[in-house]
Amino acid sequence: MAGTLDRAVDNRPRRRIPWGDISRYAALVVFTLITLAPVYVMFATSFKELVDIQSRVPRWIFMPTLTNYETIITQYRFLPYLISSAVIGLGSTAITLLTAGMAAFALARMRFPGRGLIAQTTLVIRMIPPAVLAVTVIGFWIAWGIGDLVPGIRFTLPQGLGRGNFLDGSQLGLMLFYTALNLPFSIWLLFGFIKQIPVELEEAAIVDGANLLQVLFRVIFPLMGAGFAVSAIFTFRIAWNEFILALMLTNRFTKTLPVFAAEFIRDDGVQWGQMMAVGTLIVIPPMLITFFAARQIIQGVAAGAVKG
Amino acid sequence: MRTNKFVPYLFLLPALAILELGLMVPLYNAVLLSFYDWNFGQPWSAARPLGFANFERLWNDPVVWRSVRTTFVFGFWVVTLEMLIGVSMALLLEKAVRGATFFRTIFVMPLMIAPVVVGLIWRYLLDARNGIVNFYLLQIGEAVPALQNFGFKAHTWLGDPTLAMVSIIVSDVWQWTPFVFMIVLAGLQGLPGDVMEAAYIDGASWWRMTWHIKLPMLRNILLIALLMRVIDVFRALEVIFVMTGGGPGSSTRVLSLTLFQTAFTSRDLGYASTIALLLSVILIVFSLVLLLFSNPLKDKADF
Repeated sequence: MAGTLDRAVDNRPRRRIPWGDISRYAALVVFTLITLAPVYVMFATSFKELVDIQSRVPRWIFMPTLTNYETIITQYRFLPYLISSAVIGLGSTAITLLTAGMAAFALARMRFPGRGLIAQTTLVIRMIPPAVLAVTVIGFWIAWGIGDLVPGIRFTLPQGLGRGNFLDGSQLGLMLFYTALNLPFSIWLLFGFIKQIPVELEEAAIVDGANLLQVLFRVIFPLMGAGFAVSAIFTFRIAWNEFILALMLTNRFTKTLPVFAAEFIRDDGVQWGQMMAVGTLIVIPPMLITFFAARQIIQGVAAGAVKG
Repeated sequence: MRTNKFVPYLFLLPALAILELGLMVPLYNAVLLSFYDWNFGQPWSAARPLGFANFERLWNDPVVWRSVRTTFVFGFWVVTLEMLIGVSMALLLEKAVRGATFFRTIFVMPLMIAPVVVGLIWRYLLDARNGIVNFYLLQIGEAVPALQNFGFKAHTWLGDPTLAMVSIIVSDVWQWTPFVFMIVLAGLQGLPGDVMEAAYIDGASWWRMTWHIKLPMLRNILLIALLMRVIDVFRALEVIFVMTGGGPGSSTRVLSLTLFQTAFTSRDLGYASTIALLLSVILIVFSLVLLLFSNPLKDKADF
């Protein structure tokens, strides 16, 4: 009889505590808080009055105000700098996608002398830091007046947005450097995507009388949405966020937002509220990208390391 | 695909022209300028050839070598912490959890934030007078006085040589640990399922599976993540620039900051180019090593 009793006890559904899941979620929550807290503090500070910012006790609850945003827009040149940042960010992204797409097509689909050399060199120089570029070009930049001279194209902002140009030599120069910094990664990322497209599609198009440019723009590019998305995210991220080159190469009309944000550190102290307002506005576009394309970002990061 | 032999070069031309102007010309400039004495703002006609004097100076310059050491200290802690935390996170979260998309999105965020903004945020958090970090350390220290001996009191984070180093390490770890996490997670998810299953059926514990099967199989990916972080350590400048500016003294002056200050504070472009050359050589060597482990062109074509 005892045996049956034991079996009955054994068969009772066990309520095991899922320690694995609990520790997993606990860790997730801790990591999430650590990640979000600093960003939240910036966000909150940008909506605080000076009194709340300078209070010794951190004020988690406060009367939100738009004063800081009003100040940076009305008393500083926020809007021209925003336009400058946008033009440089979007411009270098567009140029990168187009030129990297063409280069990747040639590398993936054609045979020619120097192909391996070009591909390998690209990968070797991809890690040159912006600081090196800034230091080695700035002398000639200033001496030859490139920032003022090169353009040929100068669009002036409409009245009311302030004086200055939204496309001049310094912005074209920055676009050049940001494109160059992103090309190696973009070329071989797109190279991988083109390799996955069946060659038969192109051959069929050529049989139908298309030339190579038509093949590239009508057959290949339309199939590369995913690759372009990843490449665009990473290019825009560099161009929008970069600080050192922008600090050295832009003038007071063509500054980008990161340079503008750092200007609130002054000898007589830091204007935290206004700085955090600029910081928040800088962070919004990349945040939106993160919300809509986290998967593509991870894909890009992983591609940089895992693929190949 | 059979084409005219010039066609491939036409397709490559725009990209190569941009790479040439944007990356190669600066490198040529670095080589050229390192043989000259030329100051920022002078016309090129004022440049004076120096022979190898800049290189001799570099070899004997205690400032440069101290900043190389500082870079190593910074790099050692940053890379160690990021690898440890990043790999642990990946192992912990490898199993699919509910809400994975949400958490994934959160962890991607720091990578997308401008380094300058990261530096500014941490500078604010660590502010000696109004900083939130100091406030809560003080509160805990007052509540439990015994803890005061363990650092629970107000610190001048960015004003003390050791703590300034700790501060820039913390902000770098905050921003870049997700990078390691994402690479390792992708690697873990790419491991062949049958091997894991076989080990599981054989009764291997979680610990044994991790230590004897998963991590060895991930060796390449761990190495790649490590190398990429090392490379980024040598590139890092913006966060340190806005948080400490290299100070106090020269306690957080990493090599890239020495480069920047030589060019724009001392205005010595010739010598700065020599340092730029040193930094570029270091990074090109690391890139070559990285290519040994992760050549994106390998397996895809006969390069």
